[in-house]
Amino acid sequence: MKEEQDYIRDIAEIRFMMERSSKFLMLSGWAGITAGIYALSGAYIAYKFFDFNPDEIVYSSPSESLFSNLLKVIFLAIIILILATGTAIFLSYKKANKRGEKLWNATAKRLLINMAVPLIVGGFLILILISKGLIGLIVPFTLLFYGLALYNASKFTYDAVKILGLIEIGLGLISAYFIGYGLLFWALGFGLIHIIYGIYIHYRYER
Amino acid sequence: MKISLNGLHKAFESRIRLGIMSALAVNDMLDFNSLKEYLDLTDGNLASHLKGLEKEEFISVEKSFVDRKPNTKYIMTIVGKKAFNDHLKALEKLIKSQK
Repeated sequence: MKEEQDYIRDIAEIRFMMERSSKFLMLSGWAGITAGIYALSGAYIAYKFFDFNPDEIVYSSPSESLFSNLLKVIFLAIIILILATGTAIFLSYKKANKRGEKLWNATAKRLLINMAVPLIVGGFLILILISKGLIGLIVPFTLLFYGLALYNASKFTYDAVKILGLIEIGLGLISAYFIGYGLLFWALGFGLIHIIYGIYIHYRYER
Repeated sequence: MKISLNGLHKAFESRIRLGIMSALAVNDMLDFNSLKEYLDLTDGNLASHLKGLEKEEFISVEKSFVDRKPNTKYIMTIVGKKAFNDHLKALEKLIKSQK
């Protein structure tokens, strides 16, 4: 006969296996913190050096170098994206290695697919907006679609990702109304919120 | 049926089988390699436990080829789902009654 201790261990094993086989828990808190820092520096560079601060849906910049500056900002955004995802993958790899697990497994795949659909749709939509000159909508739409992607993927990782997604969606909606503060909202959503989220994950799950 | 007096199914006495069923309960289907990774078992050990569960008709097997390599997927059957849920309820009851 099994003892009560055994039954409790059985239940613990069931919970552990359900979580392990359905959730990707290798996301590192430090990845959030570094992504936030990259985003804040990017927003600062875009504002200070490229004079990027769209005030209306159709950007009414007085400067004639709008197009070349816009290209620079897009280039900058892509570099930040590569840096942030690169760092996140590297840190997840290290975390998985430390626990003797593989990084690329069924849960990682599911997380990525669920994030990819809203992100790719949002990416194409933003390209279309740019081609129509609706520069002021870039910031709200990046926040909105990133938030939707996180919300969608949150079933397959930490529950906190759902709240992060909802915050980004909220910021996206607000910034769609207050177009002139776009860059500020961008710095808030991708910078500050990421740093806070990263610190939370680090203290909650990694100590 | 192989159910002992306290309502626990004999097939789930092994914690490995319990683990397999837990993983399949939250996934539509899982292939052999994923299960192997989650449970941290050798091929032979996992295969024998899967065979046992298959015999009870708790899981069904779907064989296919991916890149010309055999790929076996496991799915929890309705019978399996019911047995697993009953087992969970029995465990819960036992823990409560012993408190």
